[in-house]
Amino acid sequence: MDPTPAGRGTAAPAPADDRSTLTLHVNGTARTLTLDHRTTVLDALRQHLGLTGVKKGCDHGQCGACTVLVDGRRANSCLLLAVAHDGARVTTVEGLADGDRLHPLQAAFLERDALQCGYCTPGQICSAAGMLDEAAAGFPSHVTPPTADVPVGPAPLGADEIRERMSGNLCRCGAYPHIVRAIEDVAP
Amino acid sequence: MSHAPQPLGAPVVRREGREKVTGAARYAAEHAPPGCLYGWIVPAAVPKGRVTAVRTAEALALPGVHTVLTPDNAPRLEEPDDPVLAVLQNDRVPHRGWPVALVLAESLEAAREGADAVEVEYGTTDHDVVLTGDHPGLYTPEKANGGYPAVRERGDFDGAFAAAPVHIDATYTLGGLHNHPMEPHASTAVWADGHLTVHDSSQGSTVVCESLAQILGIDRDRITVVSEHVGGGFGSKGTPRPQAVLAAMATRHTGRPVQLSVPRRFMPALVGHRAPTVQRVRIGADRDGVISALAHEIATHTSTVKEFVEQAAVPARVMYSSPHSRTVHRVVPLDVPSPSWMRAPGEASGMYALESAMDELACALGLDPVELRLRNEPADEPDSGRPFSSRNLTACLDEGARRFGWYDRDPAPASRQEGPWLLGTGVASATYPVLLSPSAARAHAAPDGSYRIGVNATDIGTGARTVLAQIAASALGTAQENVRIDIGSSDLPRGSVAGGSSGTASWGTAVHRAATALAGRLAAYDGPLPAEGVTATADTTQEAAQKSPYARHAFGAHFAEVAVDSVTGEVRVRRLLGVYAAGRVLNSRTARSQFLGGMVMGIGMALTEGSTMDPAYGDFTERDLASYHVPSCADVPDVQVHWIDEEDPHLNPMGSKGLGEIGIVGTAAAIGNAVRHATGARLRSLPLTPDKVLPYLP
Ligand code: FES
Ligand code: FES
Repeated sequence: MDPTPAGRGTAAPAPADDRSTLTLHVNGTARTLTLDHRTTVLDALRQHLGLTGVKKGCDHGQCGACTVLVDGRRANSCLLLAVAHDGARVTTVEGLADGDRLHPLQAAFLERDALQCGYCTPGQICSAAGMLDEAAAGFPSHVTPPTADVPVGPAPLGADEIRERMSGNLCRCGAYPHIVRAIEDVAP
Repeated sequence: MSHAPQPLGAPVVRREGREKVTGAARYAAEHAPPGCLYGWIVPAAVPKGRVTAVRTAEALALPGVHTVLTPDNAPRLEEPDDPVLAVLQNDRVPHRGWPVALVLAESLEAAREGADAVEVEYGTTDHDVVLTGDHPGLYTPEKANGGYPAVRERGDFDGAFAAAPVHIDATYTLGGLHNHPMEPHASTAVWADGHLTVHDSSQGSTVVCESLAQILGIDRDRITVVSEHVGGGFGSKGTPRPQAVLAAMATRHTGRPVQLSVPRRFMPALVGHRAPTVQRVRIGADRDGVISALAHEIATHTSTVKEFVEQAAVPARVMYSSPHSRTVHRVVPLDVPSPSWMRAPGEASGMYALESAMDELACALGLDPVELRLRNEPADEPDSGRPFSSRNLTACLDEGARRFGWYDRDPAPASRQEGPWLLGTGVASATYPVLLSPSAARAHAAPDGSYRIGVNATDIGTGARTVLAQIAASALGTAQENVRIDIGSSDLPRGSVAGGSSGTASWGTAVHRAATALAGRLAAYDGPLPAEGVTATADTTQEAAQKSPYARHAFGAHFAEVAVDSVTGEVRVRRLLGVYAAGRVLNSRTARSQFLGGMVMGIGMALTEGSTMDPAYGDFTERDLASYHVPSCADVPDVQVHWIDEEDPHLNPMGSKGLGEIGIVGTAAAIGNAVRHATGARLRSLPLTPDKVLPYLP
């Protein structure tokens, strides 16, 4: 049977009042884009900048696969609207290595086999990078012992701290024990 | 080339690891052909009925919306072998979430808005979605999944059970479980110059290619399906899925490339699930714990679309000597999404019940549960009478007990407490069959001394590239670095699906044969090779069809220590050890990760993963990762994995058994048995969430 199309909508992009021009500083390079207001930072990176190292696991802030660093802090990029982040500095997994030299976390993940399918891996690594900075800055976690000093000093990172702080990044392949060891290798 | 050959088993780092840690590895939805349209499925919003009208005008008027395919206007397909692929072919709604339209638009945002704007009217009829052990619609099918007979009887179960001095009669209930690989199912399809290319998130692109050829009625040679990197599957990508058909249909229809990802919340309806089971286990034994009678009877559901029967009673045919035995599967078709494979279908669910019942028997006898299992080791496979090619369950139990410090326990329940925590330990056995599927491979030697292997294997996270290079290198007597491996495309020699823990054995046998043939051919050359190099091929179709005179299975033992919070009812796994006898381990680094991954999924099955069928709404209640709780990092302790060297000459040229599934088998039972030891409460349904545990605590 010859298929007939149900019809055609207009192929034009969304009208101008639904779009804005903004600049994201991605892995050190300013990228100016005109985007639909509904476009998330995740889709801006994946669809518009070709940075597909950033993964989409749920699009709803439930899995951490889309974790990137925004102005130095880890964030689920699927929950951020790009239009609200004009001028933000974004670091993705593609921006971590120094040329051919892997970031220490990347090298540790490889060495510890802290991945299987690899789909959660960029988010895990970005999350770990952000987490190490948070700990160095003295942010407590749920398992940090209560202390009179607020803010706490640099939090020591035992396995329990790493597990707790990395629990926003799901890994269905179950690589967690190796992920924890890889991060321990890099943690001060 | 300077690398020295390494023995099979060496912990070679996975080949694509660098691409994965740098973000360079591309998955199915990460190909962006110019002019691509984005698809969004409109899922059925009723559990049962017919589509009476689809109104698309409003959607088509939205900026960016290009086309809406509906049952009225979608291209007609040939009838697929798997009816879940017959999408948009008629007005029938067999369950909630069944695709009733597909919106194609210039952007993801427009496609999603378009899907919201499609108005669908339904005529509904009463639905029935809840499995019970005595559902009137239950019938006995001929076969269960895997081709196993649904019913097996040996001896006189009823008589032997009645005569046995010690009885266990217990019913265990498991809800549905969802695979939820981290990469949602996705396809990017391009129809150009009469050739269809599909990047598909699949566990086997040869099968997807052949299915698409049949369904679309086009020649297989005009289709290429690529699954280069796949973000997990756990069975849900083991069969072709609707997104591949929809994307292929849509690109052919529009003449534009089409990308279609399944949103996370749509996955439970579209990509299969582990069917719920109600499992009755009866064991009759003497006072020394020797089993005389064993029955395992399963009730499960399937959809009205196709019959899929979770083969949960099959492990009882393998595990323990049981002169009188009955194993039965019954199934009822409900208005639910079609169940399918999820990591160790049958074994994972069935061994939860069987291994819990064994623990109940040990408790009833006052016998150590490890000792009980040792006393029921069969000489031959109970069901078939065939000898085992190798069976080292005893060694796994002994070694595991030693490493775990098992015998330090006081067997009395609720005998250990640490502040608010009740502590306990549990054990369970594991088993998984050795399967082999036909595959083909090509091996090529170049004049510069390098080799190239082609086989359509799929790496879903197992490290297939790496282990196949090791297998080829070992047959060629070279270092694995000298071997290039091409996998993940249906243009390569036919490969079987990455499923049933059979990938390495199946592709590996073909690779070994091709490489061995190549080595033989190379021996004939004295001087340099011809410029075009030398090639050899192998096809294991005949070899794989041969029936082995042996019963071939991997075995394992799981030991768990849990802490149960007496205030909240929360269960935490403190220690988990798996010891396996799975033939020869071909890469100790990637093997460990596979075992570990199975055990982590077993923690989820035991403690966190719960899916309920809402009888009124007519669908799973927990459809996303916020409500369906796969284990997170904090749920998982430092899991220990160990294996026993096993020489088994009756398997394949590498001597390997599969590793991908056995880790989940028995883990949930070990944890459940540990909870019983910690608290004294025997809970017979999973997951052991605080609300279930708390009422039983002092
Ligand atoms: S994709 Fe952003 S959290 Fe899952
Ligand atoms: S490596 Fe597959 S989900 Fe983490």
